[in-house]
Amino acid sequence: MATTTPVRRPDGPGRRMTPAGIAIWGGIALVGALCWTVLALSRGEEVSALWILFAALASYAIAYRFYARFIADRVLEVDDTRATPAERLENGQDFDVTDRRVLFGHHFAAIAGAGPLVGPVLAAQMGYLPGTIWIIVGVILAGAVQDMMVLFFSMRRDGKSLGQMVREEIGTVGGIAALIAVFAIMIIILAVLALVVVNALAESPWGVFSIGLTIPIALFMGFYLRYLRPGRVSETTAIGVALLLLAIVVGGWIDDTALGETLTLSHETLTVCLIVYGFIASVLPVWMLLTPRDYLSTFMKIGVIALLAVGLVLARPVLANDDVTSFALDGDGPVFAGKLFPFVFITIACGALSGFHALISSGTTPKMIAKESHVRMIGYGGMLMESFVAISALIAACVIDQGLYFAMNSPAGATGGTAASAAEFVGTLGFTIPPDTLTQAAAAVQEPTLVSRTGGAPTLAVGISQIFTDAFGGGLAAFWYHFAIMFEALFILTAVDAGTRVGRFMLQDTIGNIWPRYGDTSWRPAAWSASALVVAAWGYMLYVGVTDPLGGINQLFPLFGISNQLLAAIALCVCVTLMLKHGKARWVWVPLVPLVWDLITTMTASWQKVFSDNPAIGYFAQADRYRDARDAGEVLAPAKDAGQMDQVITNSTTNGVLQLTFAILVIVVVANAAVVWVRALRAGSLPTTEVPAVPSQIVAPADFFATADEKAAVRAWEESRLTSTGRHR
Amino acid sequence: MSILAPAVRAWRGLRWYVREATGEARWDEYVERCARDGTEPVSRRAWERHRADAREHDPRSRCC
Repeated sequence: MATTTPVRRPDGPGRRMTPAGIAIWGGIALVGALCWTVLALSRGEEVSALWILFAALASYAIAYRFYARFIADRVLEVDDTRATPAERLENGQDFDVTDRRVLFGHHFAAIAGAGPLVGPVLAAQMGYLPGTIWIIVGVILAGAVQDMMVLFFSMRRDGKSLGQMVREEIGTVGGIAALIAVFAIMIIILAVLALVVVNALAESPWGVFSIGLTIPIALFMGFYLRYLRPGRVSETTAIGVALLLLAIVVGGWIDDTALGETLTLSHETLTVCLIVYGFIASVLPVWMLLTPRDYLSTFMKIGVIALLAVGLVLARPVLANDDVTSFALDGDGPVFAGKLFPFVFITIACGALSGFHALISSGTTPKMIAKESHVRMIGYGGMLMESFVAISALIAACVIDQGLYFAMNSPAGATGGTAASAAEFVGTLGFTIPPDTLTQAAAAVQEPTLVSRTGGAPTLAVGISQIFTDAFGGGLAAFWYHFAIMFEALFILTAVDAGTRVGRFMLQDTIGNIWPRYGDTSWRPAAWSASALVVAAWGYMLYVGVTDPLGGINQLFPLFGISNQLLAAIALCVCVTLMLKHGKARWVWVPLVPLVWDLITTMTASWQKVFSDNPAIGYFAQADRYRDARDAGEVLAPAKDAGQMDQVITNSTTNGVLQLTFAILVIVVVANAAVVWVRALRAGSLPTTEVPAVPSQIVAPADFFATADEKAAVRAWEESRLTSTGRHR
Repeated sequence: MSILAPAVRAWRGLRWYVREATGEARWDEYVERCARDGTEPVSRRAWERHRADAREHDPRSRCC
């Protein structure tokens, strides 16, 4: 039963390319081809980062113009004569017809986070080429396709969530597996994000001071908006941003003061602070902290990304690392273990394909879409923008001195924690950096040390600081460093607050099925206990990461990347299922190719993390190695005593079990889906939960820029609406 | 004036975008709708509070 109606585009068959169009797109294709050729042929010479930037932009433009349009018109058959849920169910709250450009902003702000910033920084260990290729190819063929298709299918089902779609379109077994997977994956993601913040702020009084001040600033904004000037969001945000910048500047003055001493916090103290903060933030009313914080973080997000793009073009930095390093081929890198295949795909994660986006593309955004054709601009276009952020982060990590890069990103167990020992360790990797240079680099950004500042955020901040200093001059390296740290920490803390709340609602909803009272989100005992459970879960994983002698990022980031990509597998599975159920087997390759590739990489990575007998990669092999040593009464470096030996054993076992569980849950979903695929293929098509078509009354342009015809149509429609309401009155 | 026209247009566009994106424009729409239907709008404070309460029960995730 094909439920889609035939497409009627106003500019239908006459939509041939004009000569000017052919010239422009031919030019863009040429620029892209030239940039890719330079990147492919440059070996051992100085390569400008701008080649990467423009290869990305040209590729995005072509993919958006041709592939995304192909998916919209032929594969999904978007139909602008059909009313969207926002139009049919408009209630001024969650269902709300929203201007396409405004919704693009909302959607982008919701999907963009720290993932695409951190992943590429870590992947820079393998050289600039693997990361560049996967970020660009991955987003075009997988990430943006997933976001757009999930957005479309959820929109056709009145904004159903991913979990609901799995349950209703695939089956109960798959649905339950997906529900558990989504919840567990979210916990891991929150823990790893929190770990990035802890690593960025530990032993950094300036960072702790300025990030700490964001809490009173947000509270002030919350009360200002509620009691003094209700609804004046831009005014409040402007005040908040000014205070935020002031907080960064003032932070620079507290070094060597008593306050600076007090704010020099250890990893463990910060972990406790973050857990307490996370709990309080998730039970406070949203207007007090979460909403104002979100305004600040959105503003910083867009501001920094725009600034970074301008900065890159002005500074024209040169790449400092090799195209492909030996770590990519041998799998023995210090930042994370494992070879290029599959670990580059796992590490880049969000910038190329992010399962988490499927949670936003189903649920919130589809309820606000004005026209079906907007799924291309918002789903595909939004993800291209996210990928651009990832490319910028990759460049920032590739332009800093590689000795510094490895000194910063290798775990403390390897570098020994001091400038001298770190310089020595980096020497064994084949890079030379004198200890003095490391000390000076830290002094330049006013940090006590840069050795083993893992997690990606400090490295990105050093890269951004270098690019901005080159681009805008002025010797503000320390300010820019802390500005970048602030921007990442804000992102992450907003994600942690919001994620904890979402987790709490999921938990209450699930338990509410058995004990209905618990599902009432206004009932305090339920709200508080569910929040506490969610915070305890991610707090435990955060603690595991912070105290891990082997280095938390080194150990947990692969788990984070694999979880995210497994979530993407579930989302793509829904897309494939719906394509087949709608009788569109002809176009099923569009989501099927990324699904197969994603399953190959994530299952290989999961297999290696679980079953590899190399203790650097396999969690269980690692636990065995330390258990054998402990039983023989030895202490293996980097553990320093028997207690740390036990810690490694417990942590590695926990990680291994989680890794195995995620993989099995995803296999259950895929297996359940495969049964449906066979049935759908045999039957030609199957009924789905798609909502029947209702004619649309709204007229709106389809793309970022309205064509002359579209503008005329909108004008005519608005006039007719005015006269009809006039008559009505 | 003609030299300033594009700048004025850009400023208006930006202002429109910011008001739409922050939700500030929604209040104006509400007041307009009330005027059209001939009903008395509630105070801005009460209206914003109502919206904040709705947000309380509609958790929106922020991505990694």
